[in-house]
Amino acid sequence: MRLKNALIIAALLSLTAGTAAAEDIPIKIGVLNDRSGVYADLAGEGSVIAAKMAVEDFGADAKGFKVDILSADHQNKPDIASNISRQWIDQDGVDVIADVPTSSAALAVNEVVREKNKIFLVSGAASSDLTGAKCSPNTVHWTYDTWALAHGTGKAMVEQGGKKWFFITADYAFGQALERDTTAVIKAAGGEVVGSVKHPFPGQDFSSFLLQAQSSGAQVIGLANAGGDTINSIKQAAEFGITQGGQKLAGLLIFISDVHALGLQTAQGLVLTEAFYWDKDDGTRAFAKRFAERSGGKMPTMVHAGVYASVLHYLKAVDAAKSKDPKLVMAKMKEMPSEDPLFGKGKIRPDGRHVHDMYLFEVKKPEESKGPWDYYKTLATIPADQAFRPLDQGGCPLVK
Amino acid sequence: MQSSLSDPVPLESLREAGIPAPQRGLFIGLAAVVLLAPFLVYPIFAMKVLCFALFASAFNLLLGYVGLLSFGHAAFFGMASYISAHAARVWGWTPEIAILSGTVVSALIGLVFGALAIRRQGIYFAMITLALAQMVYFFALQIPFTGGEDGIQAVPRGRLFGVIDLANDTILYYVVAVIFMAGFLFIYRVVHSPFGHVLKAIRENETRAISLGYAVNRYKLVVFVLSAALSGLAGATKAIVFQLASLTDVHWTMSGDVILMTLIGGVGTIIGPFVGALILVGMTNDLASFGAWVTVIEGLVFVACVLLFRHGIVGVLSAWLKRPL
Amino acid sequence: MSYAYVQVAMSMFGISTNALFGQLLLGLINGAFYAVLSLGLAVIFGLLNIINFAHGALYMTGAFVAWMLLNYLGLGYWYALVIAPVAVGLLGIILERTMIRHLYRLDHLYGLLLTFGLALIIEGLFRNRYGVSGLPYVIPKQLAGGWNVGFMYLPIYRAWVIAASLVVCLVTWFLIDHTKLGSYLRAATENPRLVGAFGINVPRLITLTYGFGVALAAFAGVLAAPIYSVNPIMGANLIIVVFAVVVIGGMGSILGSIVTGFGLGLIEGLTKVFYPEAASTVIFVIMAVVLLIKPHGLFGKAG
Repeated sequence: MRLKNALIIAALLSLTAGTAAAEDIPIKIGVLNDRSGVYADLAGEGSVIAAKMAVEDFGADAKGFKVDILSADHQNKPDIASNISRQWIDQDGVDVIADVPTSSAALAVNEVVREKNKIFLVSGAASSDLTGAKCSPNTVHWTYDTWALAHGTGKAMVEQGGKKWFFITADYAFGQALERDTTAVIKAAGGEVVGSVKHPFPGQDFSSFLLQAQSSGAQVIGLANAGGDTINSIKQAAEFGITQGGQKLAGLLIFISDVHALGLQTAQGLVLTEAFYWDKDDGTRAFAKRFAERSGGKMPTMVHAGVYASVLHYLKAVDAAKSKDPKLVMAKMKEMPSEDPLFGKGKIRPDGRHVHDMYLFEVKKPEESKGPWDYYKTLATIPADQAFRPLDQGGCPLVK
Repeated sequence: MQSSLSDPVPLESLREAGIPAPQRGLFIGLAAVVLLAPFLVYPIFAMKVLCFALFASAFNLLLGYVGLLSFGHAAFFGMASYISAHAARVWGWTPEIAILSGTVVSALIGLVFGALAIRRQGIYFAMITLALAQMVYFFALQIPFTGGEDGIQAVPRGRLFGVIDLANDTILYYVVAVIFMAGFLFIYRVVHSPFGHVLKAIRENETRAISLGYAVNRYKLVVFVLSAALSGLAGATKAIVFQLASLTDVHWTMSGDVILMTLIGGVGTIIGPFVGALILVGMTNDLASFGAWVTVIEGLVFVACVLLFRHGIVGVLSAWLKRPL
Repeated sequence: MSYAYVQVAMSMFGISTNALFGQLLLGLINGAFYAVLSLGLAVIFGLLNIINFAHGALYMTGAFVAWMLLNYLGLGYWYALVIAPVAVGLLGIILERTMIRHLYRLDHLYGLLLTFGLALIIEGLFRNRYGVSGLPYVIPKQLAGGWNVGFMYLPIYRAWVIAASLVVCLVTWFLIDHTKLGSYLRAATENPRLVGAFGINVPRLITLTYGFGVALAAFAGVLAAPIYSVNPIMGANLIIVVFAVVVIGGMGSILGSIVTGFGLGLIEGLTKVFYPEAASTVIFVIMAVVLLIKPHGLFGKAG
């Protein structure tokens, strides 16, 4: 274990060789996420662990960096998120805020960080507005976004023959946006949407909507909702025998932690898009093993991976800029290509979007799984240049 | 004779004696605290306390002086914050007009709620206001202008009267302090006016008030609308302070919070709601990292208040000092 | 003739009669939960004059007790159906004897506030321990699967929910309206002093009533466990809808609360077909209308 750490540190040192060690730069990183609610497993303490691993792997101590990591629970509420980040920056001298799942909370932090001129490394949030209309020169959106999920799942499903879709959509801005984006993709790929129904948010009973989906003759039922709503829809779909009837469920915002909670018996056959799977290659497996040792056996989610990679890249940029001035560091982060064992090679675009490959997965049947956390088979790899919204279509004012 | 929830402290003789000298001292003390606060604590925290103190005072006007327990005040607080945020952000109105528009909308919602809810008393009144507020919550969730889950973000603080830049926390603090003091003194005036005496008469014995020829329902409706408007004023101001309006403000837990603040401080006392807001805001701030324990502690405080000290902190203090506070 | 007319109307909305029957049946299932919960509230209100705000939290506790019995003791659904209501009923009895009891001579609003506080404590404790993602609870083997009933695929478990809750509701109604114990209860509601003078232990009657009322909530919780994920916040939103159901029905009769519960479930089911956007608000709209026409509710007594 030690040896492996040392090797990674050595590798990273060699990357930055030639630059003089920065003189005692104190850095405060605030990991702000959901620690008690629906996204506590997706992000939560795991993101703090991932940030700490990034600091260690970077070799902060050896380079004379003094990195402090703070964490707090925003309870998925934008007002709490905005309060905490304001207070962190005003009173605790936090330089970087990382993670922040739940789009509403992330958009709130986005504004605070822009106003106070600090740096925001988003991993957990989904909204593609963060690099679109509401993009900020202080924000990097690392892991995924709604556009990438809608396109990944929508396009690939149509290509595999799922041409007729029915949407079950959470009736609020987020759900509607997800349905709209996916519909556009489906139509462009030659599929059609035979119907859709908006369910109250948050919902408990989805049977009525599932029944409508069942009788619609659709091949794919798209779940344009999130969290508990998606989990309940999938559970009740199993109860009404929907997947046995030959229809496929496509989760537009569902993560490996949800699959873990649902169990393979219920979740089998579900198709979804993610940016990271722990069992992808040796690099991800090595990271996952170290991570699991610290998290009580839980494997890292793509959000954890994104926190690790974005914090690592940030520290490299500070090292290269020899300063933590947000403007200089952001310029360096966008100028330097990123490289880490989890996402491979990537880059940050002018709008703050980090681009890398995305993957379309199908959840295994219980008999296909070799053990705990062996959940996905890869259906397709979506190359980086197609995985994210083209730079000129987001409406980001930073793009000229 | 059952003791009423709004029955404050056995101090009737003192309470009726006009505006007594001790209260002047109370106001000066409160004004001093409000003036000095930004030098002692984080100004944004102080502003939050003032917004909630005004909200709780407005709620107390209804519970403490008419005996009506509303479980739906989040609707006024939350909708006003949406309206004021939208007016400031999308229409580019100056903050004072934005806040005013939020207040007016809350007053109108209050009129509709009030007209429906005052048909019943007691727990029915509470359940009806709760259900109506839940309707407003779903409305806020679905209607596009509120931004659903995202809320309305990046609300500009703007320039007061188009002149004074509110970006500075200290300047904004004093603007909020003026709004709070104005609302607070207005409530005090209402309670101690002839109108306020009729309200108390209704609280003590509604049947007798009716037989004395008072149009009880009209009085109740007026005070309900006033309470809604002042709650709206608090919510609208909060939206400008935090540059954000979100579902939290319109969710029913917010209605529970304002009840708790009033209860801790002391129902039917003058500064009780202020003290309650200070305690609850401070508590949620310090305990934020404990997640769901905040809910448990809030629940325990509720239970303790109801079982052990129904007059709240200020109520107990006031009985001890034999002075209305 | 009229059937044809209905079909024309249906096709105008683009919905087949088959689908409509399916949706009505589903509405009835939701109505079953409303009925059992509002019945419990009505029983408690009748004797204690308290609106039990903790009802939703105790419903959730019932579901959790079922989950815990299965995961910690290996006792399945059928045991839970009996044990959970008893356990939660006992918890209710403890709450009544230690806390709620002290409020009877005070304003009824204190009861509402106390039970609200209790609801926060119970929900907070479960959230701390189990998070809010929800825990899975599998449908018991005997009730798994479904029938094709022509117009829809009806999961057997859903049919069981309707049957079980109807039976419980009717037995409760029978107990209160047609037995000696029920007559004591009704008499104690009208005049506790007089009933006490007849040598009936009224405080004990009150305690047992509260225990029974919350046991009904727990029963509904066990019924809900296999359908919805077992979740600490499952009761919080439901209870507000049930409050609206209670306001619509009025606190007049036991039968009234049962009928209102099932009826509103049906109306909500129809809304989900014709205008799903309003599904979460339709009950509140009905409440507003009923208040305008009959301020004391459909089955309520004036005064």
